Amino acid sequence: MTTPAFDTARWKPAALLPREDARDGALTFVVAVLCFIACLAGMTALSADRAAQGWRAQLTGSATVLVRPKGDETPDAAAARAAETLAGVRGVTQAAALEKAKAEALLEPWLGRDGLLDDLPVPRLVTLDLDPKAPPSADDLAKALKTAGIDATVDDHSLWMKDIARAGRMAGLAALGVAALVGAAAAAAIAFATRAGLAARRDIVEVLHLSGAEDRFIAGLFQARFARLAATAGLFGALGAVIIGAAVRALGGADGLTPALPVSWLDLLAPIPCPLIAAIVAALAARSAAMSLLRGMN
Amino acid sequence: MSRTAGAHAAKTAAQILADTPSDQAVVRFDGVSMRYGRAPEVLRDVTFDLAPGSFHFLTGASGAGKSSLLSLIYLAQRPSRGLIDLFGRSVAGARRNELPFLRRRIGVMFQEMRLLEHLSAFDNVALPLRIAGRKPEGYRTDVAELLTWVGLGERMHAMPATLSGGERQRLAIARAVVARPDVLLADEPTGNVDQAMALRIMRLFVELNRLGTTVLIATHDEDLVARSGRPVLHLEQGRLAKAGPTPIEPPSAYAAEAPPPEETAP
Repeated sequence: MTTPAFDTARWKPAALLPREDARDGALTFVVAVLCFIACLAGMTALSADRAAQGWRAQLTGSATVLVRPKGDETPDAAAARAAETLAGVRGVTQAAALEKAKAEALLEPWLGRDGLLDDLPVPRLVTLDLDPKAPPSADDLAKALKTAGIDATVDDHSLWMKDIARAGRMAGLAALGVAALVGAAAAAAIAFATRAGLAARRDIVEVLHLSGAEDRFIAGLFQARFARLAATAGLFGALGAVIIGAAVRALGGADGLTPALPVSWLDLLAPIPCPLIAAIVAALAARSAAMSLLRGMN
Repeated sequence: MSRTAGAHAAKTAAQILADTPSDQAVVRFDGVSMRYGRAPEVLRDVTFDLAPGSFHFLTGASGAGKSSLLSLIYLAQRPSRGLIDLFGRSVAGARRNELPFLRRRIGVMFQEMRLLEHLSAFDNVALPLRIAGRKPEGYRTDVAELLTWVGLGERMHAMPATLSGGERQRLAIARAVVARPDVLLADEPTGNVDQAMALRIMRLFVELNRLGTTVLIATHDEDLVARSGRPVLHLEQGRLAKAGPTPIEPPSAYAAEAPPPEETAP
């Protein structure tokens, strides 16, 4: 059997680093797992933010007024009058007095069914739906009630709003922190692998170095190699996170696993930049590690 | 990099890659000593010049410091004492980003070949040209011609592991000379080949020298040196015992008459 003739015109330069390395499989797996965790953390941050926004919207769009009857006025009559008064305030879209039965039902968890005596002066509640774009302030509502001579306390949920906003912010930051930590771990793993790769390929690196290759040329080889590896790993990690997210959304609906972390189909787009980000992080880590080692050579 | 720094780097590279004036030594050692770490000095107070176009042998017993001296010239090591000038430029004063441009003017045939085993013969020879940033269209034909010239025209696609000892040696030589270096260093180039192959390799070096390349060959083959009639730098326990004068015409025994014959691995 004769060897086919070498076609010089069709020759293309081969990769200067061997394409496969025994460590590549393990490193790809580690980076893919880290990317998977980072993507889940990112999706969790989006869920936490959406949950907080939802709660804020619900609270912003409503208020509760506690009405205390004065004089001979019955609680129901006082509540009805308060509802009528508040319905005329700008920004109130609906005002409804809570019936006695519903008010007692609200107290039932604390007093029990038998604890509610007929003559117990159960305060009446008026629930308000507010225009979320221009809700009236608690002071506006209280002023209107006072003008109408109604003794009442207005709760516009502002106290809870701050707590919920803070909780949502903290949950989002925590998730982003996890994503950043995992990204740093991936960068460290790649830097370690680059150093190991340089050590294992020292013979090649030395030949390139002594043949007149500049440090940035050699570092560029490792940079490109690990960027490709991380992009592939990032793709696998992102796909894994999308599959998990899709399964949670499909099985649990909009509430996902828990109403505290609602899942949207749009959240599944969040991992799309993962391969690119992984490639950039890997390229920077590999370049830094390679340059550091090359500077140690003459 | 700023525009000024970039312009400076380009200017420096151009200067480094420019020809050395004919009256200036391409390699100058002045009181050079060298040690590895804290070990005793392997080279002591070595002083010599290599004129452009000269042809020298570097001889000495095993461990005399031949490979260490060569490694100083191809900038793999730095001297512990003394000064080295390459192409009229002080190595000690050169910035790190200038050293690659100095290395590109020096072709090295390492004692252990150092071929890249994952690359074909063609890719191995093309390596210095790729590193120099040349486009493949500009050197494909040159590489093929050189491989044919060293008798590997039918083995261009072969991986180094499939080549015989003599073929590997010629492949290493082709890689060392493909970029037309100003200086060619060869460390025991005939160490593992028979007499006939040694003669062929020497003819190749003589031919390159005729084309203007400064040649320095480290060898312990006293017979080869004696028959060549070339000046000799002889090392004894790290010290230079004698330095040869100016280059002379090569004896007819080494005149390049024909390219070496084809040789393939069994």
